[in-house]
Amino acid sequence: MTATPTTPSLDRTDERLQHDAGFGGTLRSFWRSVKAGDVGVLPVVLGLLVICTIFQSLNPIFLSSANLVNLTLDSCAVGIISLGIVCVLLVGEIDLSVGSVSGLSGAIVGVLFVRHGWNWMLAVALACAVALLIGLTYGVALTRFGMPSFVASLSGLLAFLGLQLAILGDQGSVNLPFDSTLVHFAQLSFVPAWLSYVLAVLAGLGLFVSGYERRQRRRKSNLSAQSMNYLILRSVALVAALAAFTWYLNQERGVGWMVVMFVGLVLVLNYGFTRTQWGRSLRAVGGNEEAARRSGINVRRIYLTAFAVCSFLACVGGILAAARLASANLSSGTGDVNLNAIAAAVIGGTSLFGGRGSAFSALLGTLVIAAIASGLTLLNLDSSYRFIITGLVLAVAVAIDSVARKSRASHGRA
Amino acid sequence: MTAAAAPATTSLLSLRGVNKSFGAVNALTDIELDVSAGEVVALVGDNGAGKSTLVKVLAGVHQPDTGAVTFAGDPVSITDPSAAIELGIATVFQDLALCENLDVVENLFLGREMSPWRLDETEMEVQAWDLLQQLSARIPTVRIPVASLSGGQRQTVAIARSLLGAPKVIILDEPTAALGVAQTAEVLDLIERLKHRGLGVVMISHNMADVRAVADRIVVLRLGRNNGEFDAKTVTTEQLVAAITGASDNAVTRRRDRARADDEAGT
Repeated sequence: MTATPTTPSLDRTDERLQHDAGFGGTLRSFWRSVKAGDVGVLPVVLGLLVICTIFQSLNPIFLSSANLVNLTLDSCAVGIISLGIVCVLLVGEIDLSVGSVSGLSGAIVGVLFVRHGWNWMLAVALACAVALLIGLTYGVALTRFGMPSFVASLSGLLAFLGLQLAILGDQGSVNLPFDSTLVHFAQLSFVPAWLSYVLAVLAGLGLFVSGYERRQRRRKSNLSAQSMNYLILRSVALVAALAAFTWYLNQERGVGWMVVMFVGLVLVLNYGFTRTQWGRSLRAVGGNEEAARRSGINVRRIYLTAFAVCSFLACVGGILAAARLASANLSSGTGDVNLNAIAAAVIGGTSLFGGRGSAFSALLGTLVIAAIASGLTLLNLDSSYRFIITGLVLAVAVAIDSVARKSRASHGRA
Repeated sequence: MTAAAAPATTSLLSLRGVNKSFGAVNALTDIELDVSAGEVVALVGDNGAGKSTLVKVLAGVHQPDTGAVTFAGDPVSITDPSAAIELGIATVFQDLALCENLDVVENLFLGREMSPWRLDETEMEVQAWDLLQQLSARIPTVRIPVASLSGGQRQTVAIARSLLGAPKVIILDEPTAALGVAQTAEVLDLIERLKHRGLGVVMISHNMADVRAVADRIVVLRLGRNNGEFDAKTVTTEQLVAAITGASDNAVTRRRDRARADDEAGT
């Protein structure tokens, strides 16, 4: 590696600071932050490993290619809804009506597309517009009328469920034709094997290039930079993991385009949360609303966009769920969809208390929820067990969140 | 009470007849205030005199019920904090108004990040170090959440934030309350540097030594009203205390007289 610099870089001059240069240093500082309660994605990754080990030992089909293909496809709808939940949790609010909004969106698309013969894209666009309006309404209810989002969205939960039932009418369900683009996309369209490996390599390259650019810029400005070995190792590990996983899925049907869409949305929102003024404002409002307002942030607009994005993603998730089932019916979006989406975000490490969270928490949390559901189905256990176990996992996740929060406070990392 | 020192002719920020009430409480009544470029105005008064309310009116946090605000000769209405920032009025609030979950750089640039759609973290970090070194800040790293900083370090961060974006008027609400000896001196030096750079500075403090060290003019508030304006070079502490408490016979003079009487009895 490079020779030891003789003068410390700009951000390493204070003698009280613990220096974490190189690869070992990166690991050391990671371990220190975990001990201080900055646990990040560690609990959910460990939890996922435990869950997979248990179910695999109980039923060897669990980790088979066929089951994993299904598991990834089943994760997408709830995962996308959960991404929206991350958005509102970041500003310290909640939307309890995402299930109803997803069901309503599925019903709108189904009825317009099948019964009224609309072009499917127009139907989807209208459903998205309705969802955006719903999200903006919650935002206005909070910022203009001071209605807590908890109550506003709880009333929305009931009202939009009613609207969903009214739209579906007496028949109660609409079957989407199997040859339609929507159903084909959600059930039958998979990434060709060669392209899936190309995407895996591109992901690693993207990580490397962005990390390398950042490193070069920081070095040029005389700031400490990430270890080159660590960066290369991370990128290679990512490519290897993705390639192995896609290879395993390719033994069966492969990687669904819907899964690519979900991961793509995660990456887009991750960029939005971490690299834009909007994302920073979300965290600022979630951390200290008054300070954010006095910094000149338009707090009202931040709340409005957070709720709008949440409802929009709930709508996208609802349409995908209907397409995957090839049906929009009375039970779409009801039952455990709400709780699963919120649980996924929290299990993945997004704080219920606002100001902390990441887009990847929706991805990881959804995998946990989907793994539990799939494992229990394979064991022929009915939904009573699924509800109990998902409830327990959510309780554990909230407990970890609270304990980590207290630990951060005592270690001064809030 | 001495005659008010004549306000400078080129008034940068001036308030005329500003009223603000919260319910039945008149927090500010007919407030007049002038700040010129290159002038340090100290705002003093007892607890509940309306100093912080006045600061919040200037920062756009509260809107005055009546009254006129003039900035650089133009009548303005400061409807919200971003309007104040755009005019060039930067404020360091008494409660600092920092986001504890964000790190130092994120707090410094909050609301005016560089390249909003692709945040320039490197440049922001470099500027943050630059700014903090100007203030001789003792902050080990700018990439830790503000929650882990001490009270004095947070105050330095809040002051540093007010200096970003070339403001014309800086309002400091008790800037030295949480600072150590060296940092207090740095802040007082900084106030003088800002003054020489031609900025208008409004400073609130309970520390009469600090006030008289850097202020040009001292404006006294009492129970939400103007209660005298003094030239910082000539005013005596007795005059100030009398204006702040509203009487020449007050707790401070009584205490001093008692101490004198004890001394005389003792000798």
